[in-house]
Amino acid sequence: MTTTVESPELIEPEEPGGPDAHGPDAQGPGGHGTDGHGHDAAHEHHQGPTGILNWLTSTDHKVIGKSYMITSLVLFFIAGIMALVIRSQLADPTSSLVNFQTYNELFTMHGSLMLYLFAGPFAFGGLANYIVPLQVGAPDMAFPRLNALSYWLYLGGSSMMMASFLVAGGAASFGWVAYAPLSNSINSPGTGTDMWLMSLALTGFSAIFTGVNLVATIFYLRAPGLTMFRVPIFSWNMLVTGILILIAFPVLFGAVVMLFCDRHFGTHIYSVQGGGVPVLWQHLFWFFGHPEVYILALPYFGIVTDIIPVFSRKPLFGYRGMVFATLSIAALSTGVWAHHMFTTGVVLLPFFSLLSYLIAVPTGIKFFNWIGTMWGGQVSFQTPMLFSMGFLFAFLMGGVTGVLLASPPVDFMTHDTYFVVAHFHQVLIGTTVFAGFAGFYFWYPKMFGRMLSERLGKLHFWFLFAGFWLTFMPQYLVGLKGMPRRIADYLPTNGWTGLNQLSTAGAMVIGFSFLFFLANLVTSWRKPVAAGDNPWDGGALEWFTSSPPPHHNFTHLPPIRSERPTWDYNHPEHRKDESHGDKRHREQQEEHKETVGAPS
Amino acid sequence: MGLAVGAPLVLGGCNFYPTYGASRGVTTQGQDTFKLYSGMMTTGIIVGGLVGLLILFTIVRYRRRSDEMPKQFHESIPIEIVYTGVPILIVAVLFLFTVLTENKVDATVPVNATVSSTGTPVLDVKVTAFQWGWRFDYPRNNVTVSGEVTNGPDDHGPQMVLPMGERVQITLVSNDVIHGFYVRDFNFSRYALPGVVNVFDLDLVRTGTFPGQCTQICGLYHSEMLFSVRSVTPDAFQSWVSSEVANGHTLQRTPEPAANTPPPYTRVTPSNALAAPSSKKGSL
Repeated sequence: MTTTVESPELIEPEEPGGPDAHGPDAQGPGGHGTDGHGHDAAHEHHQGPTGILNWLTSTDHKVIGKSYMITSLVLFFIAGIMALVIRSQLADPTSSLVNFQTYNELFTMHGSLMLYLFAGPFAFGGLANYIVPLQVGAPDMAFPRLNALSYWLYLGGSSMMMASFLVAGGAASFGWVAYAPLSNSINSPGTGTDMWLMSLALTGFSAIFTGVNLVATIFYLRAPGLTMFRVPIFSWNMLVTGILILIAFPVLFGAVVMLFCDRHFGTHIYSVQGGGVPVLWQHLFWFFGHPEVYILALPYFGIVTDIIPVFSRKPLFGYRGMVFATLSIAALSTGVWAHHMFTTGVVLLPFFSLLSYLIAVPTGIKFFNWIGTMWGGQVSFQTPMLFSMGFLFAFLMGGVTGVLLASPPVDFMTHDTYFVVAHFHQVLIGTTVFAGFAGFYFWYPKMFGRMLSERLGKLHFWFLFAGFWLTFMPQYLVGLKGMPRRIADYLPTNGWTGLNQLSTAGAMVIGFSFLFFLANLVTSWRKPVAAGDNPWDGGALEWFTSSPPPHHNFTHLPPIRSERPTWDYNHPEHRKDESHGDKRHREQQEEHKETVGAPS
Repeated sequence: MGLAVGAPLVLGGCNFYPTYGASRGVTTQGQDTFKLYSGMMTTGIIVGGLVGLLILFTIVRYRRRSDEMPKQFHESIPIEIVYTGVPILIVAVLFLFTVLTENKVDATVPVNATVSSTGTPVLDVKVTAFQWGWRFDYPRNNVTVSGEVTNGPDDHGPQMVLPMGERVQITLVSNDVIHGFYVRDFNFSRYALPGVVNVFDLDLVRTGTFPGQCTQICGLYHSEMLFSVRSVTPDAFQSWVSSEVANGHTLQRTPEPAANTPPPYTRVTPSNALAAPSSKKGSL
């Protein structure tokens, strides 16, 4: 090999002051990773503004990705604190910590922030924005300015939702699903509701633009040699997520516009009085909402699918099966929306039940692929892998209870009870928190060029894992004992108090675990430990470039002959040429030893 | 695997089914649902437990013990076919039992029938949900019961009295927003949806008092929209009816609720219910 990939020098932060949005590469990101490769420095050097102006004007996917992640994490913490208030209220059956109106606002905003503003944007705005161009060997997203617009729409929409707490009448208080007619102008007259709807419109467009960007980037900006079946699963899943966004979010936008018209322009789309149909809102909402569940889940499946092979020192087991499983989950997810509406009495139960059951099949395939990847490997448990294991167990439990809910009679008995609350929190925390933070710990060294502490990371994991089970297992039971969701108080004679107190204690442990996370961030900024280009011996292209990557990501690329080009490059003796039958590439590879220029 | 799914469902004996925290049900419909739930939960515990143990075994057995590079295999078509086929079989069996149970739970006597197929009379009860309370009309008995949230933590809401052993047909409507009719011991819930008339049957098999509650967020006092169902013997039911009539809790006397509900004595059918527009607000 004629070139080496190690970074010329370890990244020492010029400003070890504190965690701010811009990171080291705000100070001239072109500086790193370009020297020493004999590359034209003038070509790579990024002559842009620095500091806050860089953040405001940047179209660099790495800056935008980090902005997305920081914004969504702030919202995650705010929504988490709301959850702790909700749990505190429920620890005592007749508690008056908050009044009914505040309680309704809190659970509505907790759900809205977590689902609309954290879970999706953290994955497809944050991690995907940063990682996908790197994984496909591209210099940036396909439409960098559109990407910046996405972020600003997202920030505007998020700010609007948060600001709705300040207006007369308070924030929206009808649950994150906003069922008509509770969300109409008679039952929810406040401006907070309108701001909530506007926020969905803004962040919805932000998501659509990001979806367009992801699809275009993955289809058109792949590096030479990176065929679709060599694209890492994380990027594959982001492609499918992008397609699902394009299917789902326009429907939500349409539903929101119609609700706004009902509220202000005298239409009667969702009101019985004018000949409208309230249940239409549910159809439209869940036609968005169920693909949305997979928009929230697929990126996180992708994260663990990228992490497990790295820490098992093996290639992914059943790569193609994984791709087809993802595609079939996406296809099925557009046909199961009415399983949220089994108890309305107006949907065809067997059809939606059958399709919902079928989703268990590709999801099961994924589980066996993950197990097969670890099977026979050398599995080590650094923080990202620990979080991935947490995901496996959390999602297994959430998935099994999900199969139960695909059965209409079982849904009749548990619908809108804490059984369902426990189910979807296990699924969503399994994905967005366990897998999401697995991804954060995994790619943080790549993004910031410094390591996070393993000790603090493991403490974070174990407290989170313990708190997670303590919070949600009692919720299944209290749901089966008949406790409905979204209630602020209950009768002491119901026998729900003890289980609720256990759940509240668990929530506090979860909250506590994030102090280790914050301490970890602070430590890494106060006492940076340089990460190097490839601290985990990762296989995808993002580990080939420096940490953090230079302005246009790559000065050169390795030959791409599998979904792990960096790994092939670093472990030439283990290349899997034989299995794919392209022995002929071995000879070609000799010719390709000279570096392939980054597309720019 | 199919056996693991089917066995608990096929084998008889009510106590054979573990409850896993759920109610065994006090209606025949609720008992059917319970059996399905119990069988599916057993299946879930077996399948989920096996997968969980497999994960545990894998991460313990193959934890990193040396720096040796493991064999770089990445597929096995026969295994992949097995772990695609077996889940399909499992969900096919689950779906079969689901449909069988669903047909029983959802079965209703025809809207104008007075006697069910088992020969018992059909008792119609019209349940109206509103912000924030419940109204139970007994058109055949000329009785109505209603109750609203009074902000008291000890208020358990209005009570619907039903005879055990008779087929009860509930007609569920809403006056304003969506509410959820839910009784834990019925293992059943259904939305009260404005513009939709939901009809379902109940066959109570036990006497007792069973708490119920609105499950769908319906505004400020959603938390306290309670009610209860008291199941009594048919004789006790008749004497309850007589005392209610004597106390003047009759349908003619009650002026409320106004706009959207059809006149008393008319069984609500989808056609006449949709013709009547619902009022904007509840009775409060």
